[in-house]
Amino acid sequence: MSLLPYFVAGWLLLIGCFGVVRSRDLIHTVVCVAIAQSGTYVLLLSTGFQYGASAPVQGAPGPVVDPVVQALTLTDIVVSATVTALLLALVIQIAKRTDTVDPDKLDELRG
Amino acid sequence: MTRSARWIVFWLGAGGVGALIVLALLKMPSFGGIVHPYRELSVPAAIGRSAPNIVSSVNFDQRALDTLGEETILLGSVVGAAALLRPSKDEREQLDQDEGRVLEATKLLGYLMLPVTLIVGLDVVTHGHLTPGGGFQGGVVLATAVHLLYVAGSYRMLRRVRPKTWYQVAEAVAGGAFVILGLVGLLLTGAFLANIFPRGVLGDLFSSGTVFYLNVAVGAEVTSGVVVLLSGFLAQALSVREVR
Repeated sequence: MSLLPYFVAGWLLLIGCFGVVRSRDLIHTVVCVAIAQSGTYVLLLSTGFQYGASAPVQGAPGPVVDPVVQALTLTDIVVSATVTALLLALVIQIAKRTDTVDPDKLDELRG
Repeated sequence: MTRSARWIVFWLGAGGVGALIVLALLKMPSFGGIVHPYRELSVPAAIGRSAPNIVSSVNFDQRALDTLGEETILLGSVVGAAALLRPSKDEREQLDQDEGRVLEATKLLGYLMLPVTLIVGLDVVTHGHLTPGGGFQGGVVLATAVHLLYVAGSYRMLRRVRPKTWYQVAEAVAGGAFVILGLVGLLLTGAFLANIFPRGVLGDLFSSGTVFYLNVAVGAEVTSGVVVLLSGFLAQALSVREVR
């Protein structure tokens, strides 16, 4: 079972994509994109984890967990949050212009 | 594309990606093991830079260029969202007279937590190089503190103490400060974002050279970015009305 956290990460990515395809509401779509991205947090953090190791601060007793993947996860979270905000702003504009947030009803081009 | 065609494409893609993920993960070193090549390189590199928080040392010293990229993504999406959330030609900002009612308990808790949250936010930003935390985390805490005024008080009150243009200017200035610190490093040592300031004593507030200043710049940028974003969303929900 020592590979389980990695598979949780892969599962989060796929279930997020599944949600995007299944989505009938753009807000739901945005949340699914965020879930797919959260798979990368789990993958990064579980790669750097070590049993019994402490937080990556100098002076911590014993070994520390990998600080590089934690820095990457921090970057990842910031990017995810800002992209989510941008997508939600797009959803607001779509809702105003087309009176719907169902992606299936947005298939016609407008000039 | 019809729904059924979309599902066929999805299952083909997901099946392929899923198979590749499984194949790749089966070769991974076991979870929680002792093999961490990045750690073996980054922890010794952080020693001697007077930044006990190694994550901050990676983010703002060893790989500060990546953080500049991250910050640019933040700036870009805040600008994009702010542009998308502007009131359009036939919309005006109108404040409702009726502001609803806030429970007394919510008010009390909100006003009690407001100064505490501000101080915690400032603490997390300024001690980012010493303890877990930093500009990104502290910036979000600070922006939350500002919005406690909306939760405990009212939207009008929030608008009065939150002049949006100030935060827009602060956002740009903080983003620019990061680049300027990088350029100063380039001029003085020949390396962009080099750690130019004296490292100081390990554990002091003003130690770790540029890490501290970059943390403060990022903290200011994240605070203003989140405030600008939320002000756009709140205005759309509460005050932007269509006029005919």
